[in-house]
Amino acid sequence: MTRHVVARVDDFPDRAIRRVEVAGKALCLMRRGEAFFALADRCPHGGAPLSGGRFTGTVESDGPGSYRMCRMDEMLKCPWHGWEFDIRTGQSWSDPGSTRTRAFATENVEGQELVKGPYVAETVPVSVDGRYVVVDLG
Amino acid sequence: MTRLPRIDVDFHVPQAPMADLLGYLDTYFRQQVTDREIHTQPFRLSSYPANSPLTCGAVLADRPVPEALDALGSDIAIASDLHGVVSLHNPDMRAALMSAVNDHLAATWLDTDPRLRGSIYVSMEDADLAVAEIERLAPDPRFVQVLVLAAQEAPHGQRRFWPIWEAAARHGLTLAIHAGGVFRLAPSVAGWPAYQFEDYVIQSQTFENILVSLIGEGVFQKFPDLRVVFLESGFAWLPMTLWRMDKTWRGTRQEVPWLDRPPSEIIRDRVFVSLIPCDPPGPDEVRQVLTHLGGTDMLLYASDHPHRQFDGHDPLPEGLPEADLPAILAGNALRAYPRLAADPAVSRLAPRKQEAV
Repeated sequence: MTRHVVARVDDFPDRAIRRVEVAGKALCLMRRGEAFFALADRCPHGGAPLSGGRFTGTVESDGPGSYRMCRMDEMLKCPWHGWEFDIRTGQSWSDPGSTRTRAFATENVEGQELVKGPYVAETVPVSVDGRYVVVDLG
Repeated sequence: MTRLPRIDVDFHVPQAPMADLLGYLDTYFRQQVTDREIHTQPFRLSSYPANSPLTCGAVLADRPVPEALDALGSDIAIASDLHGVVSLHNPDMRAALMSAVNDHLAATWLDTDPRLRGSIYVSMEDADLAVAEIERLAPDPRFVQVLVLAAQEAPHGQRRFWPIWEAAARHGLTLAIHAGGVFRLAPSVAGWPAYQFEDYVIQSQTFENILVSLIGEGVFQKFPDLRVVFLESGFAWLPMTLWRMDKTWRGTRQEVPWLDRPPSEIIRDRVFVSLIPCDPPGPDEVRQVLTHLGGTDMLLYASDHPHRQFDGHDPLPEGLPEADLPAILAGNALRAYPRLAADPAVSRLAPRKQEAV
C-alpha cells in the first residue's frame, strides 16, 4: 500500500504550493490548473523546504542582453539559494546530472474510487463525495 | 634533457624615451608635446624604486634585449612597452603618443629581432580611438595581442569596451590585460589604498574582479573567438574564484541567462594566465593549486623581463608536472594566441598538446 491521500482537491487552490506530511515524508505539493505535482520537500542543495519557493520558468538567451522567458511555471525556485527544479522530475536546471529532488506521481481520484482502491488516507479524512489528491510514494 | 621550446608571453622591452617618440608624431602633436615640454616628463608607470627587482632584476639588468632573450632561452617573446603616456587625459594626444609607442616598438624591436612579437597598446578610455589603432596595426602579423592595463574606470566586461574586444577578436588578436594602472584610476574596486603595501597585494584581486566581469557580462558569448591573457596576475587565486562563480551561477543564472554553462567551463580555452609572478610559495603549494585548478591548460610561461619575480636564473617555477612542460612553455600559447598558431615560425617549434584521449 503505497498510495496516499494527501489533500482534498477543493481545499487546494490553483497555484498553491504547500507542504504536506504523509507516511513520515514531507512533500512539496503544488497545483497548476487541474494538475498536481509533488516533490520531496527538501532542496538537495541546502535542505530548504521547497514548499517555501515559488513557480518560475527557465530563461533562455541568444547572448548578453537577450532574455526569453520559457517553460513558465514548470519550475520551482528554491526559497534559499534560487536553484530551479523541474516540478515534474525534480531535476535541477543548473546541475541536472547530479542534483535532483525526488518527484512523486500524483493523481486526482474520486471519493468513491478511493473507498474501493488500495489507498491510505493518512492525513485527509476521506468521504465518498469529492475528489482527492493521491500521491504514490513508490 | 632536451631543451624545450619557450614562448615568453610577458617580455618588457626598455621604455621608449619620450624624445624618441617625437619622430613618430605628426607635426601638430610634435609641436604640442615639445612646446609644452611634455616630453621632459618621464612617464614611468612603475610603482617601485628603479633598483627594485620588481623594476629591474639583477640577472637581466643592463643586458641588451637580444642577450636577455638568449639568457632566458626564449624562442619567441611577446614584447610590450607599458608606457606611461597611457595616463594622459587628452584623448587625442594620448592616442597619438600610444601610436608612437607602438610604431617605436615595431621599428626598434620587431624589425631587429625575429624572436619578438608585438603588442598593440591601447587606452580603454576611448573605445573608438582604440579600435582605430587596432585597425591601423592589425595588418602587421607580428602584432599578436591588444594590450590594456588592469586597473580601469570600470571592469573590462562592460559593454562600453566591447568595440575594442570586437576588433581584437575579428583580427585574431588576443586581449592581454597587464597588471597596473594609470595612477588616476583606483587600482582597487574598493577605492584608493593608502600604502604601496596595499597596492602591490591587491594587484591580483583586480584580476579576480576583471575575470568575474568578463564572465558576467557575457563577453565570451558575445565574442566567441576572443582569447584573454592575464599578465602578472598570479594564478593561485583562480580555483577559489572559479568555484565561487560556478556556485553562485547556479542560483542566479536567470539574471545572466547567457551563461548557459558553469563559468569554469566557459573560460576553458578562452582565458589564460602568465606564470610569473608565481604566487604559491613553493613547489608543494604549486602542486596543490594545480590540483584545485584541475590542470595546467591555462598556464603560459612568462619571464616578466626585466622584472625579477623569481629566484635563481629560471623564471619557470618548480612544482609543475614534467609532462605538461612542453604545453606550459609553448603549446598553450598557441591556443591563447591565434596569431602565433598561424605563424609557421612559431607553430613549428611548439606542437599543440595532444588531445586528451
